[in-house]
Amino acid sequence: MSRRTKIGAALVFLGILHGLAIFAGFLAPYPYAEQHREFPYLPPTRIHWSGLRPFVQDGARRYPIQFFVHGRLVGVEAPGVIFLLGSDAYGRDLFSRLLYGGRVSLLTGLLAAFLSLGLGLALGTAAGFHGGWLDQILMRAGELVMALPWLYLLLAVRAFLPLHITTVQAFFLLIVIIGGVGWVRPARMIRGVVLSARERGFVLAARGFGASDAYLIRRHILPLTLGVVLTQATVLIPQYILAEVALSFLGLGVSEPVPSWGNMLAEAQQYHALVAHGWMLAPGLAIIPVLLGYLLLADTLLESRNQ
Amino acid sequence: MRYIGRRLLHGFLLLVGVSVLSFVFADLAPGDYFSELRTNPRVSAETVAALRAQSGLDRPLPVRYAAWVASVLRGDFGYSLAYNSPVGPLLWGRVRATLLLAGTATILAWLMALPLGIWNATARGKWGDSVSKVVLSFLLAIPELLLAIVFLMLAVESGYFPAGGMVSPGWASLNGPERVGDVAWHLALPVAVLVLGMLPTLVRHVRASMAEAIDSPFALSARAQGIPRRRLLFRHLLPAAANQLISLAGFSLGTLLSASLLIEVVMGWPGLGPLFLEAIMARDFAVVLAVVMLSASFLVVGNLLADILLYRMDPRIRMK
Repeated sequence: MSRRTKIGAALVFLGILHGLAIFAGFLAPYPYAEQHREFPYLPPTRIHWSGLRPFVQDGARRYPIQFFVHGRLVGVEAPGVIFLLGSDAYGRDLFSRLLYGGRVSLLTGLLAAFLSLGLGLALGTAAGFHGGWLDQILMRAGELVMALPWLYLLLAVRAFLPLHITTVQAFFLLIVIIGGVGWVRPARMIRGVVLSARERGFVLAARGFGASDAYLIRRHILPLTLGVVLTQATVLIPQYILAEVALSFLGLGVSEPVPSWGNMLAEAQQYHALVAHGWMLAPGLAIIPVLLGYLLLADTLLESRNQ
Repeated sequence: MRYIGRRLLHGFLLLVGVSVLSFVFADLAPGDYFSELRTNPRVSAETVAALRAQSGLDRPLPVRYAAWVASVLRGDFGYSLAYNSPVGPLLWGRVRATLLLAGTATILAWLMALPLGIWNATARGKWGDSVSKVVLSFLLAIPELLLAIVFLMLAVESGYFPAGGMVSPGWASLNGPERVGDVAWHLALPVAVLVLGMLPTLVRHVRASMAEAIDSPFALSARAQGIPRRRLLFRHLLPAAANQLISLAGFSLGTLLSASLLIEVVMGWPGLGPLFLEAIMARDFAVVLAVVMLSASFLVVGNLLADILLYRMDPRIRMK
């Protein structure tokens, strides 16, 4: 496979996964918080076929699976239920929650990576281009941030913020914490690129012709950082998805009833008879293809940068 | 020696910086251990104020910082309001447990990664290398959190391994070797998860730096002089690759401790992780601060050790 096809395949694969989460409102058969108390821990619903028409069976009654009902892709007439991945303790559809939870987890990863790349770009360029005291201050500050193990740092920052907040606040707080703490590594790499770019012949020439700093940065230096920014993005996004999962898992992130892959896993773990309800692991398994996609992308980008 | 002195000073300054920053942040944090009490109608405002004064929370920030530093230098990390005991004794057992887990996992992971990485570097392009690359990439994509949960689930189901914790209930009545065996039995699963989490990254780096050494001109000339393959690999190429690997060991310490935190929480390993989480939930800032400082010192000491080792191993640094 050529490198171009590999990158394309990884992008399409990731696009599909993110699309599933984005269109959760359409693809999920149920709203994420809808409870069916009479069906706790129901295993994945079996789908039967009569000819080409699928239906689900509850005892002797058959409920045909309907398409495009109530603005959703699939659904069955109540009191029939369709739980493609089973249900949780409150009889909520795990498949629906998985899709909605993916929204929270994937979006946190994307936005936090956006934030820390933005910060890293701004601070790294400033440090590399300006040099001197600004460089010293920023790099020392970076060392302070890196002096703590990553997860300990996230937890410590989270510890000093209010514990009881609304879900929306928690969501944005997570993005700010994860993204805000992660600026150091991209900033360092971008600083390195800027430092060497500053001395390149065409930059010196442009400066000799009287180009302003702003012009130099915009026209000549920032384009050179693109490669680093892209590879860093493919490394940071999956890392930040895992960070969200970890924090929500530990009860410091997005909380019930809004699903995220992290707090869904926490539910699975709380229940000690996970053995009997294996489908509760679905949110953990859902992370794997996402990470694989980003890994493939990161590896391919790194390879092409090294040559 | 001056090099090591400089690294020491640097690490010390880092720790001071971390302590000042976390102290200021803790001060800015809304609420402390007593803010829950304040909402309790049966506790008067005066009582809360008195309690806060008793634990010194009403003094200005610099005074508290100075007092805290003075007590830390005496080995006393303050008083945990949630556990109602001094923080010091609370910490040491936890530190031992975390270090035992992380240390065992590190040693095992390196023992596996070195041969595997070297073998992969020598077998580049062959099917063995490709297979191990695919397997390791897949392993890299499995979150440790999931591994920990699944392993715990299998342990509970099979009964071969304990369902979390560090010792069995009747541990105190066991004799010496039995105690060690019991801890090792509990250690197996969390260590396995940590090792599986670390292995892909380590193998990848060992392979890359060994490949670089193998492709270097001096390796070619050594081979031309008829140095046997094994001696070439382990006596000449491995030391040349060691520089990057030692840096990696220092560098990956943070990742290791982070992964360890999650695994400790899931598997009920009585390390720093669960303590940290409980302290955060209880807004017990004395413990939070102590854990933050400890985890920072692990990193600083680990990196210092890596630096010293580098200094011993790599003549290029000594020349500078």
